[in-house]
Amino acid sequence: MKIVVCAKFVPDATADRRFRSEDNTVDRAGVDGLLSELDEYAVEAALTVKENGDAEVTVLTVGPEQAADAVKKGLQMGADAGVHVIDDAIHGSDAVATSLILAKALSKLEADLVVFGMGSTDGGMGVVPAMVAERLGLPAVTLGSEVTVDGTTVKIRRDGDLASDTVEGTLPLVLSVSDQANEPRYPSFKGIMAAKKKPVETWSLADLELSGDQVGQAAAWTEVVEVTARPPRTAGTIVADEDGSGAAQLVEFLSTNKFL
Amino acid sequence: MSNVLVLVDHTGGTVRKTTAELLTIARRLGEPVAVYIGDGVQDALPALGQYGATKVIALTNPELSQYLVAPKAEALQQVAAKVEPSAILISSSAEGKEIAARLAVKLDSGLITDAVDVQEGPVTTQSVFAGNYTVQAKVTHGTPIITVKPNSATPEAAETSPEVEEFDVTISDAAKTARITDSKPREATGRPELTEAAIIVSGGRGTGGDFGPVEAFADSLGAAVGASRAAVDSGWYPHAYQVGQTGKTVSPQLYVAAGISGAIQHRAGMQTSKTIVAVNKDEEAPIFELVDFGVVGDLHKVLPAATEEVTKRKS
Ligand SMILES: Cc1cc2nc3c(=O)[nH]c(=O)nc-3n(C[C@H](O)[C@H](O)[C@H](O)COP(=O)(O)OP(=O)(O)OC[C@H]3O[C@@H](n4cnc5c(N)ncnc54)[C@H](O)[C@@H]3O)c2cc1C
Ligand SMILES: Nc1ncnc2c1ncn2[C@@H]1O[C@H](COP(=O)(O)O)[C@@H](O)[C@H]1O
Repeated sequence: MKIVVCAKFVPDATADRRFRSEDNTVDRAGVDGLLSELDEYAVEAALTVKENGDAEVTVLTVGPEQAADAVKKGLQMGADAGVHVIDDAIHGSDAVATSLILAKALSKLEADLVVFGMGSTDGGMGVVPAMVAERLGLPAVTLGSEVTVDGTTVKIRRDGDLASDTVEGTLPLVLSVSDQANEPRYPSFKGIMAAKKKPVETWSLADLELSGDQVGQAAAWTEVVEVTARPPRTAGTIVADEDGSGAAQLVEFLSTNKFL
Repeated sequence: MSNVLVLVDHTGGTVRKTTAELLTIARRLGEPVAVYIGDGVQDALPALGQYGATKVIALTNPELSQYLVAPKAEALQQVAAKVEPSAILISSSAEGKEIAARLAVKLDSGLITDAVDVQEGPVTTQSVFAGNYTVQAKVTHGTPIITVKPNSATPEAAETSPEVEEFDVTISDAAKTARITDSKPREATGRPELTEAAIIVSGGRGTGGDFGPVEAFADSLGAAVGASRAAVDSGWYPHAYQVGQTGKTVSPQLYVAAGISGAIQHRAGMQTSKTIVAVNKDEEAPIFELVDFGVVGDLHKVLPAATEEVTKRKS
């Protein structure tokens, strides 16, 4: 079985994330980045399937030069191969265009099982898996909190607001996993050494038979008109409960602000 | 005036509050046309009319409920082809976003998710990077498809008496390849829905696993209960109540964080709350940077005392 994990390189959430002033796109070059933590769950899910059967795991990322780190992390965790789609024309792509690039690359890779994270930690739309499934005409079982692959049947538990559902589909298929699905492994020393020898291919848009005007900011069907930093919250009142008066003061605050 | 499609969010004919919000927003953009999927449209009609739906398109094909989102996206595509809307509004639930995603590809249209406001244009407002930035955006190609977060508008009544139009859709076999084989309904707690609640009291690792004081304080205020991921990962509270990046994003009038440190991923889900209160025994906890009112103290002492005081004042 051929498993491909779509993994995104994102700016570090604990660093100072910002927008580029010239075009209102996310600044990916000026800040530290890493493999989106939520995509680690996708890598882990793929590796688990591999351990329980015969499979090859490829990590696929679309992104700028630094995005190679996302592929590398996947390889260190235990994936077999990497593909990095990189092209200057990709900068500024929205989810619709990103899904087009991923879909083309996935067709080329002839993936049986495509695994996604539940959402990228920067854009966080959580829409790319459904878009890719739509483009490839594949079934999608998404937001799995528990995943079992048995032969060609993929079964997940999906915890919704009103119910916990069991959802099933047959390969080839698109799967996305939540951060409840597993505990992503840390790369071992052996894994880190082995990753250096694993094959990583670099593809351009031309390799995918796509042209520059199909992606990037020109083909983005949404436009950011304005970005405003949130004004810092004004400092609030903080009281100590040492004398046991904290609760009374809290309730007084709630009462004054009409919450009772 | 142009038609604006609103996908109705309901459980068996009971229309959820988010739909009233979407209809209110739709009236700013054009004439709201409600799309109702499933049985029970007659039960839903009064609520849809109350918030200004000028027409209700009812889709009752059984396949629409048995399978996941793909058939719903196909159905909406067919409705859109007929109605030619100037915008499509869907609630920002996990399912809503996936329907929107597939529809965007089908209609070759721009998609904006998680809007917290939509004004004429349509111009949307989103809150990004853990609520640190506010972004205004618009769709520049195709039919704008916008998913809107709960509590993004105050529902305003505008009584109409909409006609119901039955609409028959064709669902492809390809859309029926992922199916729901089992469903266990979640137990009702009797508390308000997390994403719709005006007040939320959340507990974190500081509860030490005992959510009793958190629930009691929530109940005294008529609030919903939330939890941090640390509390959920420890198995102390179900994941459905997690607030934050990988849980729910909430924006209530009042958010009370008890025994929660205030990590960026937790903030991402609650930073836009109108009023924030924290109880934490560590005065250095980052949550205190956000608060309007904070108590440095042990939640096991402060919450029960506060619960008692609230109950006393209310009676
Ligand atoms: C990709 C990713 C996604 C994430 N998504 C989420 C998410 O959706 N939601 C989320 O919450 N987190 C999320 N996290 C985890 C987040 O980073 C924090 O680990 C988590 O929020 C910590 O929970 P906590 O505040 O309850 O625990 P801690 O950080 O351990 O804080 C516990 C607090 O309780 C206080 N305390 C202890 N005892 C008492 C007492 N008796 N009385 C009062 N105070 C007390 C302590 O002083 C401390 O401040 C995510 C992390 C990642 C990497
Ligand atoms: N540029 C990208 N390269 C590879 N995978 C991606 C990329 N963008 C999104 N994904 C995948 O799609 C999922 C959802 O992304 P999003 O819709 O942006 O929240 C992520 O968890 C990744 O698995």
